[in-house]
Parts: sequence; C-alpha cells; structure tokens
Amino acid sequence: MKFTASWLREHLDTQAAVPAIAEALTALGLEVEDVADPAAALAPFRVARVIEATPHPNADRLRVCRVDAGDGEVQVVCGAPNARTGMKGVFAPAGSHIPGTGIDLKASAIRGVDSNGMLVSERELGLSDEHDGIIDEASLPALAEAPIGAPVAPLLGQDDAVFDVAITPDRPDCTGVRGIARDLAAAGLGRLKPLPETPVAGDFDCPIGLAIAEDTRDACPLFVGRLIRGVQNGPSPDWLQRRLTAVGLRPISVLVDITNLFTLDRARPLHVFDAARIGGGALTVRMARNGETLAALNDRSYTLAEGMTVIADADGAQSLGGIIGGEPTSVDETTTDVFLEAALFDPARTAATGRRLGILSDARYRFERGVDPDAVLAGAEAATRLILDLCGGSASRPVIAGAVPDWQRSVAWRPARTATLGGVDVPRDRQVAILQALGFTVEAGDGDRLSVAVPSWRPDIAGEADLVEEVLRVEGYDAIPATPLERMGTVSRPAVGPTQRTERRVRRTLAARGLDEAVTWSFLAAETAARFGQAEPGLTLVNPIASDLGVMRPAILPNLIDAARRNAARGLADVGLFEVGPAYRHAGADGQDTVAAGLRAGPGGPRHWDRAPRPADAFDAKADALAVLTAAGAPVANLQVTQDAPDWFHPGRSAVFRLGATVLARFGELHPAVLSALDAAGPMAGFEVFLNRVPQPKAAKAGARRPVLTLSPFQPVDRDFAFVVDEAVSADAVVRAARAADKRLIADVAVFDVFLGAALGEGRKSVALAVTLQPVDATLTEAEIDAVAQRIVANVAKQTGGTLRG
Amino acid sequence: MEDLAALRDELIGAVEAAGDLPALDQARVAALGRKGRITDLMKTLGTLDAEARRRAGQELNALKDAVAAAVEQRQVVLAGRDLDRRLAAERVDLTLPVRPERPGRIHPISQTIDEMVAIFAEMGFAVAEGPDVEDDWHNFEALNFPPGHPAREMQDTFYLPDRADGARMVLRTHTSPVQIRTMVSQKPPIRIVAPGRTYRSDYDMTHTPMFHQIEGLVVDETTHMGHLKGCLVEFARAFFQVDDLPLRFRPSFFPFTEPSAEVDIGCSRAGGEIKIGNHGDWLEILGCGMVHPNVLEACGIDSTRYQGFAFGMGIERPAMLKYGIPDLRTFFESDLRWLKHYGFVPLDIPNVAFGLTS
Repeated sequence: MKFTASWLREHLDTQAAVPAIAEALTALGLEVEDVADPAAALAPFRVARVIEATPHPNADRLRVCRVDAGDGEVQVVCGAPNARTGMKGVFAPAGSHIPGTGIDLKASAIRGVDSNGMLVSERELGLSDEHDGIIDEASLPALAEAPIGAPVAPLLGQDDAVFDVAITPDRPDCTGVRGIARDLAAAGLGRLKPLPETPVAGDFDCPIGLAIAEDTRDACPLFVGRLIRGVQNGPSPDWLQRRLTAVGLRPISVLVDITNLFTLDRARPLHVFDAARIGGGALTVRMARNGETLAALNDRSYTLAEGMTVIADADGAQSLGGIIGGEPTSVDETTTDVFLEAALFDPARTAATGRRLGILSDARYRFERGVDPDAVLAGAEAATRLILDLCGGSASRPVIAGAVPDWQRSVAWRPARTATLGGVDVPRDRQVAILQALGFTVEAGDGDRLSVAVPSWRPDIAGEADLVEEVLRVEGYDAIPATPLERMGTVSRPAVGPTQRTERRVRRTLAARGLDEAVTWSFLAAETAARFGQAEPGLTLVNPIASDLGVMRPAILPNLIDAARRNAARGLADVGLFEVGPAYRHAGADGQDTVAAGLRAGPGGPRHWDRAPRPADAFDAKADALAVLTAAGAPVANLQVTQDAPDWFHPGRSAVFRLGATVLARFGELHPAVLSALDAAGPMAGFEVFLNRVPQPKAAKAGARRPVLTLSPFQPVDRDFAFVVDEAVSADAVVRAARAADKRLIADVAVFDVFLGAALGEGRKSVALAVTLQPVDATLTEAEIDAVAQRIVANVAKQTGGTLRG
Repeated sequence: MEDLAALRDELIGAVEAAGDLPALDQARVAALGRKGRITDLMKTLGTLDAEARRRAGQELNALKDAVAAAVEQRQVVLAGRDLDRRLAAERVDLTLPVRPERPGRIHPISQTIDEMVAIFAEMGFAVAEGPDVEDDWHNFEALNFPPGHPAREMQDTFYLPDRADGARMVLRTHTSPVQIRTMVSQKPPIRIVAPGRTYRSDYDMTHTPMFHQIEGLVVDETTHMGHLKGCLVEFARAFFQVDDLPLRFRPSFFPFTEPSAEVDIGCSRAGGEIKIGNHGDWLEILGCGMVHPNVLEACGIDSTRYQGFAFGMGIERPAMLKYGIPDLRTFFESDLRWLKHYGFVPLDIPNVAFGLTS
C-alpha cells in the first residue's frame, strides 16, 4: 500500500515529520517497507542568485559566477551557456551529493580559478535529461518568487514523501489512506479530520434497472447505483494525476481516476459503466454461467464458471463482481452518461474467483479482505459529488438493490486482560481512550466485564484477545516489560527424547567416521523415485516447483548419489557423504521413516607415498551401517545378515541387517545400472539404516546402572580350526555353529582366513576360525580343551556339513 | 692350583676385549662353559683334601662370579651399541605427510538446531516432532486459517493428492502443525520446541522450496506476552552471543496468534554486510504471539483457563547470520568444499555449560 505524506495529511491533521510517521506506522503494525523522500536527496539544493557572471580568464566557454545562496557570497565556475548576471538558479555547495551524476561535489580550482559549488541542471538533479543549461526562471518559473536560500525541493514538487506500507491481511481498513490516518491519530500522531458530509440530492429517478438475483444475495448483499448524465470525461486535473502517479498508478480518465482514488483513499472500490452501452438498460448481479466469457479491462478475455459473481446486462456478463470491469461497457472520452457502482462482494468468493482466473486487482485485494459494509452509501455519495465537481452533469437519485448486511456486534472485554495476557499494565482510562480513538464504542457491562461495540470497518475483531492487541499496539509493544520465563526446577531437564538423542548420536558418529553431513531435498524426480521403489501415488506433488523435484523421496541414497556426481563433476571425486532425514512410504502420519544413509565413492583417498587408495566396497558400507546401528542402540549381536537387499544394490555385494522380519538396515555396493541411469560413475558403496525401526530398550529399572562385571582370573586359551564347507555356506553359519558348541566356555569366534582353491574340490571353500576359550572355574586341562574342540568340530559338521581341513 | 690372579686377568681381559655379542659369548663359554677354564678347575677340587678344597672352592667361586659379572657388564655395553646401530639404520624422513584421514563434518543446519535446542532446554523446553506430509486440518484449519482466507496465500503451499477420506494433503508450510499435534496429545502445562523441515513453493536468491524452522509453544495458566519477550530476548542474546543485543517487537498478523508480533534484532548493514549487534538498524528474524483462543479450542484446551505463546523461526537465516554464510541455496548443494568450510567437527557438541559453538 503506497501513499504520499500530503495525501495522508488530507485525513490527518499532524505536525509530525516523515521519519516520525514512519516509525509510528511500524510500531502500529503497519510495517513500513520503504519511505521514498525525494526532499531528502534534494536537501542541499537552494535557490540562489547570480550576482555577477564574468568570462573565465583562461577558458572561453566558462564563466566565473559570484553566487548568493543565502549565507554569503560564493564563487563558482560554470560552463552553462545561460549562466548570466542577475539570474536565479539552483545552487549546490561543495560537499553536496549530485543525484543525477552520482558525484560528490568538491571544492576545486578549474583552470586556475576556485570553484566552491555548482549551479545545476535538471539532469544533475535527476529530474530529467535536460542538460542544455542550468535551471533558471525560464525552466522553473517558481524561482522568481522564491526567496534566496530557500530549499528547492518544494518548488520542484519533490517534497512529498511516498510511504510503502505492508498491510497484513487482517486489516482491510488500512488498505485505504483514511484507515491508516485513523491508526496514526489513535497513536497520538495527530487528529483525524472529519470526512466532509457530501450527500447529493438526485435530480431524477435512475432509469437503469438494478437487481440482485435471489441466489446471489450472499455473494453480493448490497449494490448502490447512480446515473450521472451529461458528464464530460477527459484527463484528470493535475492534483488527481499527481496523486495517482506518485503511488505508481497510471491516470486514465477522470471518471476512472475517481474510482481509483476512492479505492486507495477509503478502501472503497467503485466501478463506472458507460450507461449508453448497458444492453437493455438494466443490470443484474447474478452467478456466472459456465463458459460465459468476459472481455475485461486489462485487454484479456476470461471464461467464467459457476460460483463467480458477475454484473450482467441483456448482452451477458459486463463485469466480474469485486474484481474487474468489462471492456464493452467501459467509459471513455465519448462517455456522457455514467452509471456508478458501489457494492459489497463476499470476501471468500472474491478470493476464490480471483485465484481461479489469476487476476490481481486493487478491487479484489480489498474485497477479499472485507470492505466496510456501512460505507457503501457514503462512498457512492462522495464519489458522485466528485464526479459532479470534476465532470459536471446531473445525478439521479440512488438506486439500491439488497440491503446493508447486519455487521453490528459486540465483544466482551475485561481491561485486566491487557496485563494478564499482554503482560503490561495500562490504566483503564487509557485503554478505553485507545479503543475509542480506533472507532470502538465501550459500553457499560457488569463489573469488570465490559461490552465493546466493533466498528464496521474492523471485521478482524472477534474476541477479547483482539482488543488486547489493539490496546498493546497503540500503546506500543516496547512498553511490554520482558519477563523471564518461570524456571521449572533449578537443574534443567533433558530436552530431547530417545529418538532425537539417537539421531544426534548417529550424525556425530558418521561425521567422526569421516563422512560429511549433507542436507538434500525431500523430493526428487519421479523416475528416480520409481527406481528406488516409490510406487505410492499419494506422494506425487500436485504442484511441484520443478519436474525433478516432483515426488517425495522413497530413499536418501539417490540424492547422495546425485551429490557425488555433482562433486565429481567439480573434480572432487573422493566423496563420503551422509544424511539423517526423512524417507517417505505413504502420505499418512506414520508413513515417514527416519533414515540414516551414507555413501562412499571415488578412489578412496589421494595417492599417497605409503598407502595406495582403495575404493570403498560393501564391507566399508557394512562397517558404517554397523556403527550407526550400534550408535542407535540396536542389539547388534543378535542381528542376522541376509543377502536380499533391494535391486538398486549390486545383487551379489549387498545385504540387509534384520531382526526376524524387520529390516533395520541395508548396505552394499550400488548397482552399476542404477548408477549409470543417474549419470554417476561407480563404484559406490552405501547404506541405509531405518532408525525408527531400531527397537528401543525399555527403560531399565536400574536406570544407568550396568550389570555386574565378572572377570575370570584364568588365562584364556586360543585354538584355531579350518573347516571345508560348501561355497554356498555362509561364514556366519560356520561361526554360529562353532559358537553354539559350548556357550559357557567359548568367549569369541573370529574368522581369520577364507580360502577357495582347486585343492579343496569344486564348489568348496575353507573357513579358518580362531576360537577363544575362557575358563570360568579353573584352568582348563588338555583333555578339557580337546573335548571342547571335538564338540566344535561335531557341531560345525552337523550344522553346516563342514569337515576339519586335513 | 694355578695362579688364579693371572687366570682372572686373562679371562676378564678376554671378556672385555669381546667386540660383539658372539665374541662375548665365546669368551663366556671359554671361561664358564662346560669345558671352560673355570669349570675345568672346579673338576680338580675333588683331588684336594678337605681344608684345601674349601679354600680353593671359595677362590674359584669368587673368580667365577667376577667373570660372570664382567660378562653381564660387557653384554649391556655391546647390546646398547647394537641397538644404537640398528636404530640409526631405521631413521625415516618425518617431513613426509601422514597417512590420509578424512575428517567428516556436521552440517550447519544440524549444528544450529543443536545450539537452539541447547538454549531452549535451559529454559525448560522439550523437543517435539511431527510429519512433513500434513493434512489441511493440522497445517491450516486448526491453526485458525479458515478455508479461502487470504492468509493461506501468504504461504505458497505444495499440495499432494487428497487423502482417501477427502482431506487435502500438503507439505507442511511451517512447523506450527507440531503445536497442534502436541496440544491434542498432551495436557498443559506445555513447553516445547519443534525443529524440522518445512516447504513452500518458492525458489530464488533468498528462498528454497525446502527450508527449516523451529517452533516454540508454551501453554499454561499464566504465561503472558512479557514472558514471550523475556524468552526470546534471552534466546537471541545467547544464540548470537551478543549480551546487549536489542530486540524490537512489532505488531503483526498470524491467524494462529493474537496478539501477534514480528521480532527484529539489532544489526548494521554498513558496507553491504549484515552485522548483528546494537548498531541501530533492524533485521526481522521471527514471528510470534499469544496462542489464539480458537487454536486452543480446536485442540480441546479450555481457552478461558489456559493461555500461552508460540513462535516460529527459520533455521537457515540465523545460521547464515551467525556463521557468515552468504547464500541460502548453498545449504542444499552438498558441495564438499562448502561442507568442509562451513561444517562443524563432530565433537563440537553445543551445550550451554561447555559453551555453544563459537
């Protein structure tokens, strides 16, 4: 919302300067986004007289001028052909910033003659391209009357600051200058001037029929019309054109400009029809018919649909209610009879129609926020008066369809709530005065509970909290004392629960393992999503910002692969990245997994004098996954590894960690076909851990207490075994079989060699185990050790068919 | 008996003359070995009478001990000399670089969230969470955004297909639906913060379609707007580590708070660079207000008894200001050079007692 200081002063009797007004606006919640004060840039420029202009001794084209700018004589060297003795001009002393050239003026000597300022041209002031000479009485007649030393900005019409204020959607009243003036008056910035009473007695009955269709009363409860005959339409007077151009509006014709003026001045949109062009001489407000078209004033044609409100004549829709008028019935310089419309349109319908058709207009902006229902008639009267004043003619009596809707309501109010909700004590009288200044009527109530009648222009006020805000914002939020929150206990309790603690630990574990944390988009391309198992239609965005950000990600890995690709393209091939974040299975509240995913790609490090780099493989990914699972508190010893990872992994070099049917993690090398589909160069190894699937141990009764540690005083014994098994038998099966042979004595079983060779026979492999026996009660005898060894050999044979290698 | 003194000189002389460990061993065997000179003399003791045997035995034993001691002494010397020689041969060039390690880094967004949570934890807030995919009720309606209200257009919403029951599904446009989920599932007093991902359909120099917010919510019977101010002033000063940081509360509008405020912090923009502090200019950082009675009622909380405040703040912007990160879009590019430069070492865990990140 833009307006000028002079426009504001039409409504507000104030001595306040522009900066004070700007500060007050922001403090009221009318946030000033910009104040363009042209006078500020022109402040150094003063009216001056050239006492004498003489030729420069060393330059033919230059003159040396003795200038009186109000505070003593100054010598200036001037190159303008029209610099002459006795003229009046505009002077800038040394030190001034010249807006048109961007130069900061310095005192200097020009061809040996001192020059302490400048007589300026219009171009140098940034006003026009005129640079044939300096400003004089010929180009600026106002100079003739102006006293020497006076600021030049007002003479140039450049003394009117333009405010640009962001109006929040709850304040339709402040979409007009008058509403803004009312707020400022309440805040003590001046006095709100009364609006002139302007009823215009009509000279005749309006011959134009007006009706609101029965089913359209909710959409348009009130329509006031008036015919003005014999008007003369043409360019607006200067003051009106200036007012509109100052806020960025293009003057069109006086009739149209008047409607725009009321829109901005009183938040009261109006429309004018050329009465001669109204088909059948009657207007009806009705719902649009499906497929009906409107040639609008913005030179575009719209196809209308049910639910839209139109003003129609015998030929069809002529205007889209509350949004935009139609071309065929519009006024132009030939218009002599004009039909003025002041109506009310329903905010929700106006917003929906405007959105559907993509029309932004000053009228829509106001109607969708809510136009003052009690000012329709007054607006029509005032506009009629202005039309008569500027265009002549004679007005009909108003024709009214519908009625002013019942807008009157009261809100129960306890002044004490300003302290208990707002946190600041404001004397009751002061609170009442504030509300009254804003147009509220405070009525008596019982005891501390008063009744406050809400003015017609404040649809946003619905309850007590709204009144607290009114008082606070006028009193100023600065008046609210900052009060510390009451502490809950002296030692603060942990803020995070187990899941957040896990996420944080996992992040820092992975970073400590050398992976960099990435944060990538939650959405990706549909085809990539499909490649990573996304088949849920409920996760495709209806209005994606780009097609490659169209579907909620089913996995994080594709984003990390893409990040690795982009880094490689920048010459950073050695990539280790992880992300802890959401992956989506469906749109329900429980369809979101928290996943820790990581990726290692590239050579595995720089070339080094001592150690050759090694690309990451499935075991690196497994180690990362295990570290995450451990950090997340998963029962790592009980996890099974099965080689049935999804198909974006290498089929032979990937696996999952599972607890029964629940897959906690998957890891391995990425499938080369998937990588090439993503334009990424492999190999890459990655993992995905579903943190929300990791079972959380129930809060132990003992709290942080650990089980008792029992240490054996006896030496552990190590024995090695090599078993020959079928190649298909997993090493894990052999280890488990060995371990199960004596759960009491066997403390550890480690694989220290795996060997495939022709000597073992086709399809056979050797798995070598180091078994650690930990005696509990006494040192083991050779016989006891042999007995355990035999049980190990027997159990491995039974469980896996393995034989001890000879 | 031979002249033991001469023998002693001879044997010890041989030990001391040994130039390396094998030579020393030869000298030891020659004296003390099974066929050594002293061993041989020991064997002759049996031929002597008792008194002579006793005396000769003593002398021989003394000689044996002396030679053994000399061997031991010589051994230390020779072993030390050998070790010195070996170590000299083992010299390496320690100007060579170490084996490569890759230090990982924590993303500034995670670090900022951890910092913010650490500060709010000091004020008694717990962390709450909610899903990114929300229904219209949680994201708008329960937050007092009526259907068709222009305030909905303040937020460029991403839509998903309607749910089977007809509910309109969206990507949450703010973390405020976590307020609703918390108030529906917990009874007051409530004091939570909710950091998380949020989404708006906007992509330019200063907007990304995904960004992060942290929501705050306090509901009890007495918390008023002064507490909101106190809480945010303390937070901002702790987070930006500026003790006299001024905050400015301006009236504003959010459907779910009444009264509502936007909050600016002090800054300077001299030289095109934003500096946080008491420098006379202002920079908006968050929106807040007292929870709207309609929101409390939508969650089944008696608005005549309970009240409180809520705030919502971006994560990226404060992070940019605090750590001097110039471009929002770079947060999501996963550029390794950027992550290394702006990221945090994993052990730098924000904590009020041990200091936030500095």
